[in-house]
Amino acid sequence: MPIRGRIEVNQLHCKGCELCVMACPQDVMALDMEHLTPKGYHPAQLVAEGCTGCAICAIVCPDAAITVYRETPQKTRATA
Amino acid sequence: MVMEKVVYQRPESLTDTVTHYCPGCTHGVAHRLVAEVLDEMGIREKTIGVAPVGCSVFAYNYFNHDYVEAAHGRAPAMATGIKRVRPQNTVYTYQGDGDLASIGMAEIVHAAIRGENITVIFINNAIYGMTGGQMAPTTLAGMKTTSSPLGRDVELTGYPVKMAEMLSTIDGAGYIVRRSLHNPVNIRKAKKAIRKAFETQERGLGFAMVELLSSCPTNWKITPQEALDFIENSMLPVYPLGDYKVHPELAGLRV
Repeated sequence: MPIRGRIEVNQLHCKGCELCVMACPQDVMALDMEHLTPKGYHPAQLVAEGCTGCAICAIVCPDAAITVYRETPQKTRATA
Repeated sequence: MVMEKVVYQRPESLTDTVTHYCPGCTHGVAHRLVAEVLDEMGIREKTIGVAPVGCSVFAYNYFNHDYVEAAHGRAPAMATGIKRVRPQNTVYTYQGDGDLASIGMAEIVHAAIRGENITVIFINNAIYGMTGGQMAPTTLAGMKTTSSPLGRDVELTGYPVKMAEMLSTIDGAGYIVRRSLHNPVNIRKAKKAIRKAFETQERGLGFAMVELLSSCPTNWKITPQEALDFIENSMLPVYPLGDYKVHPELAGLRV
């Protein structure tokens, strides 16, 4: 199973500059053209399956608006 | 069962204040990298920053540690005073090219000559951002700005100043490098350089400066992504990235 991740975009900090959208290696991000942030920008969001939690969007984000999570598969351990 | 771990979150050294920077301005990236480095080194509580005049004039609102505001270009002089009085604190300045390379040229050069044990983060975006995109000392030859609408004429206004190369010739300097913020690879390298610049200060190895090639989409009048492409295609040939001076004690340091 491929590594799965997800992101949360802080609506207060995101300014819709699209740098994360351009940088995303999986090409699964886009601006949310249906909504505006309190500052009046279209925020970035995940639009498709396939996020790996690589955090490249967070690395290019000038406003530290993105929190990245990655799933860690738990090994089933036979412990006493 | 599937668990989740946090891969990246907003660094503790940044406050929750929304920055006034334009969308896509890499000042924010530079702020974030400094904040991440301070978090990783665990020195946030003892760090004192010195803010410049320019776009980053409100840096004191964005960093979650002590900050003072200097007069235009005088951040290195102010940092000198703070570091000499409080040598136990980590002191750094955060300056743009209008502040550091124009009005503050004397201060930065003499701070380096004296070998002041401070760290300088120098943002080079080849333009005066705050005042509306006028020509800066770092503006590229032929580059159009509001005060050079036909392009910078080097016969009339001289050539772009290369601060990293210049300061690397000074004996008091311990760590002088140039990095860029135009793509994820270079942002990672820039973070390592900032870490080393703070390690230089912690080890008392002299003056440290990291020059960061940065974008100004608003005043370059292009989109944020085009601005990053401009850095790569136009600024890198004039301002080559590299380590211009690294103190021998830092050579083997892995960060």
